[in-house]
Amino acid sequence: MPKKSMRDALREALHEEMERDDSIIVLGEDVIAHGGPYAVTRGIDEKFPGRIRQTPISEAGIVGTALGAALCGMRPVAEVMYVDFATCAMDEVVNQMAKVRYMFGGQTDVPVVLRLPSGSARLLAAQHSQCLEAWFLHVPGLQVVVPSTAYDAKGLLKTALRGKDPVLFMEYKRLYTNESEVPDEDYAIPFGQADVKREGRDVTIVATGPMVPKALEAADLLAPEGIDVEVVDTRTLVPFDKAAVFASVEKTNRVIVTDEEVKRGGTSAEIASLIAEECFDALDAPVKRLAAAEVPMPFSPELEKLVVPKTEHLVAATRELVG
Amino acid sequence: MPVEAPSAEKLLDMYARMWRIRLFEEQAEYQSSQGKVMGALHTYIGEEGVAVPICAHLQDTDYITSTHRGHGHCIAKGADISRMMAELFGRSTGYCKGKGGSMHIADFKVGMLGANGIVAGGFGLATGAGLAAQLRGSGQVAVCFFGDGAANRGPFHENINIGAVWKLPVVYVCENNQFAQWTPQKDVTLVTDIANMSPAYGIPGVQVDGMDPLAVYEAAGEAIERARRGEGPTLLECKTYRFHGHNFGDPQQYRTREEIAEWSDNRDPIKQLAAHMRDAGLLSDEQDADIQNTVQEEITAAVRFAESSPYPTPDELYKDVYSYDIG
Ligand SMILES: Cc1ncc(C[n+]2csc(CCOP(=O)(O)OP(=O)(O)O)c2C)c(N)n1
Ligand SMILES: [Mg+2]
Repeated sequence: MPKKSMRDALREALHEEMERDDSIIVLGEDVIAHGGPYAVTRGIDEKFPGRIRQTPISEAGIVGTALGAALCGMRPVAEVMYVDFATCAMDEVVNQMAKVRYMFGGQTDVPVVLRLPSGSARLLAAQHSQCLEAWFLHVPGLQVVVPSTAYDAKGLLKTALRGKDPVLFMEYKRLYTNESEVPDEDYAIPFGQADVKREGRDVTIVATGPMVPKALEAADLLAPEGIDVEVVDTRTLVPFDKAAVFASVEKTNRVIVTDEEVKRGGTSAEIASLIAEECFDALDAPVKRLAAAEVPMPFSPELEKLVVPKTEHLVAATRELVG
Repeated sequence: MPVEAPSAEKLLDMYARMWRIRLFEEQAEYQSSQGKVMGALHTYIGEEGVAVPICAHLQDTDYITSTHRGHGHCIAKGADISRMMAELFGRSTGYCKGKGGSMHIADFKVGMLGANGIVAGGFGLATGAGLAAQLRGSGQVAVCFFGDGAANRGPFHENINIGAVWKLPVVYVCENNQFAQWTPQKDVTLVTDIANMSPAYGIPGVQVDGMDPLAVYEAAGEAIERARRGEGPTLLECKTYRFHGHNFGDPQQYRTREEIAEWSDNRDPIKQLAAHMRDAGLLSDEQDADIQNTVQEEITAAVRFAESSPYPTPDELYKDVYSYDIG
């Protein structure tokens, strides 16, 4: 099977779905020039002229327009250059997009996909490095997707582009160049299906996005010590595959939940509390959480490197949990 | 009241400041190419003729807000380049203790309320600074620097309207360099003369050649005086051009080499100010060389200061999140 980067896999998903469905349109800042800062939309203008719009710097306008078009028969994919700037369109996302189906008694589909480059990369500091999954998973009506591999990214974006509800698609900047095997044939990955990325008996690591490769590395490092780690990649946070997480916890009886978000009020808090509430009897030890420090992202490389959990932290936490 | 022409002393100071911006940023780009300065680096090179003559009318007690392209605003407002360089190097002696980096340099002591990573992030801050000044009756003014791209965000409208209706002492300065990152202004805006938006807010709009420092000086002087007199904001548009990429490393496929040369060869604001000063007998070859050498020495010293400064220690991570320590 050919190996592809997450960037290429996302681009393929967009091109293939645009080929299949002419209601799909793309909008965002600099999306034609260079295909956006992360080059995901490169080539669309040549192949699908008129179906990609390079917008002004108007995040509220971009998201609002995408929503309006979605209510009237289009299927917009809006790129917000950094998830940090989605905060400039919070009304459109939270009060409008998330609410229209319910508030209007189910009269309309809301097929909008927001592509949101996320996380720290290249020392961009406090206003360009955030992970805001938890903000959105708090809002009923929104779906939140966080792929960790090129394969998952393509399959999940296809499902997003075929669905009827808003999707906040978190693309971790540091994962764009990560490669995995991606078939040329069409496939889609349904929402609400976590993926066991590695099977193990002793400890479960429930990881999202960029923590998944680190969890797999930790598992490799721990294997020679006789610690057998299972890695569950949540893939989508809303809808959430509780069954897969609980099944793993019931097998290993020990669990670490990890993501790159600020720990307080983050996704790991939600997952840990679900396990505590509904899976308590399976636990031989308290749930552990590993997430980012409760600070805005500092610029200096000497501080930035302290913020987000690393493989070595997962290794240490796992040892503690089984020890 | 016509604005008084700048004194010889002021002109020399402006000229030196423009060089300070130019050479500081050339050095920052070099250090970035060497991997010593990391993160985003957006240079102001080519636009020095905007911030410098405007800030020449301001005191340390006046306020400015800035953008992601903030080094020029900092230097024009009187920030110390050693502490700026240390910030770019991520060192603890930097303006923000290394926590901010290029996109977030601030110097509250000289009224520089911060570069800003969010396009249009400065509108509210400047408007609020104007409100504080008005409430105190202090005669202070606030200048809000923003790009042509920022004019397409909501805060432009909301804050200029507030500033106008409350007659706040604010000057909204559009640095119209005709591009927002890789997007030409004309592709995303029909009214490309931002000054023409002023009637919608009931305030004066003034357009000026941003490559001509003396024209900017005069136009800014009027707008700032008007603000100080309590007559409210002006929307001042300076047509300008950035000579380098949007950020360091930008391949610049959206414009031609010829277009860049047209501006940098013929309209360089530093050259224009030098020519004017020479014609007026205010700048000799020796003085010119002296100014450039002195600035170059300052830059060398700034790099030495940055390089020899320590990185922040790990305990800094949790400081400044709140006024009190967490840990
Ligand atoms: C709200 C927001 N949207 C997008 C960006 C990404 N971005 C940074 S600078 C820039 C272009 C800004 O153009 P302009 O306001 O004209 O300033 P210039 O860079 O030309 O000085 C963009 C799109 C951002 N930082 N903030
Ligand atoms: Mg611009």
